[in-house]
Amino acid sequence: MATIIETATAPIERVTVDPVTVDVIENALRNARQEMDAILFRTAMSPGIREQHDEFPLIANPEGLMVVGQFGLSIPAFLDGYDGEVSDGDILFTSDPYACDGAISHANDWLIVMPIYFEGRVVGWAAQFGHMTDVGGKVPGSLPTDATQIFEEGILVPPTKLYSKGQLNEEMLELILNNVRMKDWNRSDLNALVAACRNAGRRIQELCRRFGTGSYISTLDALLERNFQAIKKLIETTIPADEKLEFTDYLCDDGMGYGPYKIHCSMWREEGRLILDFEGTDPQSMGSINYYLNESLYKMFFGTYMISVFDPQILWNDGFYPLVDVRIPAGSLLKPRYPAALSCRTHGLGRIFDILAGLLGQRQPDFLCAAGFSSSPHLMYSGNYTEGDRAGEWFQLYQIGFGGIPARPFGDGPDGYSLWPSFTNVPNEFLEAYFPLVIERYETVADSGGPGFFRGGNGVDVAYRFLEPGEISIHDDRWFTYPWGVSGGLPGGRSRKWLERASGTTEVVPSKCDHIKVHKGDLLHYVTWGGGGWGDPYDRDADLVAKEVRQGLVSSAGARRYGVVLSAESEVDAAATTVLRERLRLERGEKKLFDRGFESVDELRGRCLAETGLPAPRPPVFRQLAAAHDE
Amino acid sequence: MAYRLGVDVGGTFTDLLLIDEETGHTFRAKTPSTSEDQSKAVLTGIDRICKLAGIEPREIGQLLHGTTVATNAVLEGKGALVGLVTTLGYRQVLQIARSYVPGGLGGWIVWPKPTPLARLEHTVEALERVDTRGAVLRELDEDDLAAKLAALGEAGIEALTVSLINSFANPIHEQAIAAIAAEVLPGVPVSLSSQVLPEIREYERTITTVLNSYVRPIVGRYLASLETQLHSAGVPAKLHVLRSDGGLQSIGTAEAVPVTLLMSGPAGGVSGAVWAAKQAGYENLLTLDMGGTSTDVALVEHGVPRIGRDTLVGDLTVRASSVDVRTVGAGGGSIAHVPELTRALRVGPQSAGADPGPAAYGRGGEEPTVTDANVVLGYLPPQLIGGEMALDVGAAERAVQKIADAMGLPDARTAAAGIIDIVNENMFGALRLVSVQQGYDPRDFALVAFGGAGPLHANALARLMGSWPVIVPPSPGVLCAYGDATTSLRNETSRTFIRRFSETTYGEVHNALAELETEARVNLDVEGVPRDQQHVMFQVDIRYHGQGFEVPVDVASEMLSEPDLLDVVGARFDDEHRRLFLFSLDAEHELVNLRAVVTASPPRVEAVALAEGGADASAAMTGRTTIFIDGAEASAGLYDRAALRAGNVVAGPAIVTEMDATTLVLTGHIATVDPVGNLIIRPDAA
Repeated sequence: MATIIETATAPIERVTVDPVTVDVIENALRNARQEMDAILFRTAMSPGIREQHDEFPLIANPEGLMVVGQFGLSIPAFLDGYDGEVSDGDILFTSDPYACDGAISHANDWLIVMPIYFEGRVVGWAAQFGHMTDVGGKVPGSLPTDATQIFEEGILVPPTKLYSKGQLNEEMLELILNNVRMKDWNRSDLNALVAACRNAGRRIQELCRRFGTGSYISTLDALLERNFQAIKKLIETTIPADEKLEFTDYLCDDGMGYGPYKIHCSMWREEGRLILDFEGTDPQSMGSINYYLNESLYKMFFGTYMISVFDPQILWNDGFYPLVDVRIPAGSLLKPRYPAALSCRTHGLGRIFDILAGLLGQRQPDFLCAAGFSSSPHLMYSGNYTEGDRAGEWFQLYQIGFGGIPARPFGDGPDGYSLWPSFTNVPNEFLEAYFPLVIERYETVADSGGPGFFRGGNGVDVAYRFLEPGEISIHDDRWFTYPWGVSGGLPGGRSRKWLERASGTTEVVPSKCDHIKVHKGDLLHYVTWGGGGWGDPYDRDADLVAKEVRQGLVSSAGARRYGVVLSAESEVDAAATTVLRERLRLERGEKKLFDRGFESVDELRGRCLAETGLPAPRPPVFRQLAAAHDE
Repeated sequence: MAYRLGVDVGGTFTDLLLIDEETGHTFRAKTPSTSEDQSKAVLTGIDRICKLAGIEPREIGQLLHGTTVATNAVLEGKGALVGLVTTLGYRQVLQIARSYVPGGLGGWIVWPKPTPLARLEHTVEALERVDTRGAVLRELDEDDLAAKLAALGEAGIEALTVSLINSFANPIHEQAIAAIAAEVLPGVPVSLSSQVLPEIREYERTITTVLNSYVRPIVGRYLASLETQLHSAGVPAKLHVLRSDGGLQSIGTAEAVPVTLLMSGPAGGVSGAVWAAKQAGYENLLTLDMGGTSTDVALVEHGVPRIGRDTLVGDLTVRASSVDVRTVGAGGGSIAHVPELTRALRVGPQSAGADPGPAAYGRGGEEPTVTDANVVLGYLPPQLIGGEMALDVGAAERAVQKIADAMGLPDARTAAAGIIDIVNENMFGALRLVSVQQGYDPRDFALVAFGGAGPLHANALARLMGSWPVIVPPSPGVLCAYGDATTSLRNETSRTFIRRFSETTYGEVHNALAELETEARVNLDVEGVPRDQQHVMFQVDIRYHGQGFEVPVDVASEMLSEPDLLDVVGARFDDEHRRLFLFSLDAEHELVNLRAVVTASPPRVEAVALAEGGADASAAMTGRTTIFIDGAEASAGLYDRAALRAGNVVAGPAIVTEMDATTLVLTGHIATVDPVGNLIIRPDAA
């Protein structure tokens, strides 16, 4: 339990703040948070943070409740796990998900937490984490598919002071950096995280100076209350009062031949509160696909999902948390027991967004989006240059892929985009300049977006030509199950990968793998999945379908999935289209609310090899892990 | 030939400023813009201003022009049908863009899917490949490409962009395609990415070049038409256009690379602000240009506007140098609203525009705007001196009352004060972006306010920023035309040059910069600028090896001959990095881009001195009015700016009105009229 040292002890006086000042400070907090991002993007070195923006900032009130930002750090829980004093000038650091209640969910995420002092008192906290390209461990990139314990996934830093009263703990930092493969990147990225938090600290101090500490803190109370009231109203108006809604989705496999893993969530209202209960979710995996889910984080996901439709300008904060109760069974895939491996948790993190859409959309068409690009598929490529002026030098790439955004009540899903805020792709010219690669293709795959009245976004085909021998690792999902469609919309296309060897052979590459050797001249096709469709494809504007065929986003054959018949010049054959649509409507019958693209998991297993070139995953076997841990 | 004419074409008015180069005497004219053909208003204005000055059109030696033709074409979606040639495998480079969805978690649910500026059905792939070092991996298949271009021609494209992978390293295939296009698509203007933006990052290079193609025909037609009409009107003047970076260029260059004109309008404003503030003796400035729908802010250090590498227009960001202007959707017409769910007060980005405009304009507008809030508070007197219309105070009050009702505030005045606070905070955010966030302390800068609404809000913003004094130039509405008339010719050349310091030498860098200088001088030579009036400056973009963003470091031309050049710029980069980001690293430096900038000596344009009048401003006082300020009613003096004399002191609260703007001086502040007519507002020390 940390001891917070404050030289001023008088309690901060709460005052009444006029509503306009509240809005003014809300704006100022939004700006402060944007500055955190800007500083990090401009100074970090790893492409993951710098180009793709795999990072999350937060500013909290003195009690540790987030007032702006987007992750679920529980500062009280974090401080519980730290035995020591916290003073002005201290900066805390951790990479241990188990030590911060899952605020970060694997060891690659390095988290900085900084108290903000003003006139001798803690007036808030700044925190930010970013994904490090490498934190050591058994494979380059530190995301081993076959890990069974977190110790295999790189260095695990418990909550520790990186700076003590402004003094950097250099020896500790060197010790940590000595354990990672790309220490310059980690050092720079860590510096950038610290700079961003310090900048946020200065902004908060300026606000205290400008408005007075009492007004500032009281405003935060008002902002928290504003979220509380807004979400209260939303829950009352959008969640059925006396109905339990349920939804199930899957992780395709664990990379060790088992799957799919089931994630199940129920939602209902109980005494004014909303309950989200993951009872029925599969037990934790022996492998590394476990996702240590922080309850607050899921509350935030839930709230954000709802509010973005109603007042996108609102400053998102923790104020509504008492209204939502998230229950996650211990020992499940979403609450694994220490020291379970966690590194490949990205698929679970993504899939719980699909589950939100599936739950909220059942009674509220405004929220009903199809399943989409709910993951951040990874490619790792590493080795030593064998020729040229860099011969002998180590290279290591970690790259996130992009895919199809689901079709939405508001329109088509974008092709090859990201669901994650602020994520961007890496320019291919940049990859070619810094890695021994030629990217021979970077384009979306026709027909991979699920047909519907609104079309799901297409997945992306990236073709990597390797110029140096090395090893690749891949982490992807949705190769076995489909991104489902809604309200008559059809599922999107699944992910696929294959290697065209320089020797002339072609081999299918599994969705999750490590240590795949590649040779000079080998070509990897990395195809991500599309978004599901929304609404009846037979009602989609036929001319738009034809136009997308001319654009190459839909194929001629694919147009028939919309019931659209085209001439040789890709113009709509109106008469034939009417006939075909009529027939297809009859054949289909009632529109499905959810179209998963399979009848049962067993049925899907039966056609897996033929369709994907990969054997079907076997049903998971759950080892009864250390029952002793369970009290 | 002793006259210079500055012409700024804005959305509502075309402003002209005629300067007698010998005496410095100026004449001003204003005429409604003609959006269907901007050149009409220009000609009308020239006719008017010549009569005013009693000169013949042939006496105008220089015509310097800020234009929004390019910007409007983008914002209104009226650009050309663009064909695009990419490398095989990259046809969807604009469809995918950078995969970025704005907004927070869940932002994707409501974000509208964008449409590429060059349509996908008009994008074709060249069978060719160049690698990152410029080596040809696959020769261009010319026959295949000729057939594809012919098909684009049949599809009716009006401009062509060629943007191939790694063309920044070797433009050979882009040039070959240009040659083919000249045969297959005669008359279709071709823009090559290796010419428009020879820099790494395929999406940014492509979108910038496509945007260039998109505005090229419209800009070309406009400039050609303007030139013809000037000739037939007997104006022999050489026409120059103001670029986004605040430099002037010949219309030949402007036609070929119109992407450099996107910020021509705002650049004129900043240049004008620099000129006006210089007359008042200030060189470190924050500029505030507040109009009807948006506000532009910029930072000027030592009399030089900061130049950014990105230009934002609408939803698009292109890589083109421009005065680092940040725009917020906060203007006089911005609409205040209260979302039912959160009951928060939001101002903008929706705007009442010119039609119907604010409720106070009495043209049927009912939504409460920032202007209405200013009317309710009494800051905008209902009968403006020289103003063209009376303001409908009742309508403004009814509109603002809706906000009071929605928020549960006691009255319309309280709501109006809230609207002003929020809109000021939005502008404050933009001013912080260009100052604090770039490592500058706003207290070291004066705030120059212009545009129709800037002078109303500037005093309050200076109080927030600590930026004193506030400078309100005379005729703040035509400041852009001053900018157009007082800047000089400029040309810039650049290339990507990615080398770690250990991978290059002083000699290599020196030669590359010297080559860029030679290229950059050509335009000014052609314009007849003597070499001794050409000023050369270099810029190198540096980062720590491994970083993704670079920081530009200025290199004076004398430094080019110093063999320790790299050490010096490396150290400067470290300093700059510390200033921007609070830390520097012990990591290797890497060069990214090299740039040469050549400017001609600026023209000497003196401000006209105002008659001396002593401290007493009572002669200019036209009455008193009751305003609501700092939560209470107060009596404010009303002044006619035209009647103010140098040395006059106006004590706040006060309202100073003139034809195109109103200045609000807050309680506890005084405005002094300087010798050339600027209002200089400071806190009252007494």
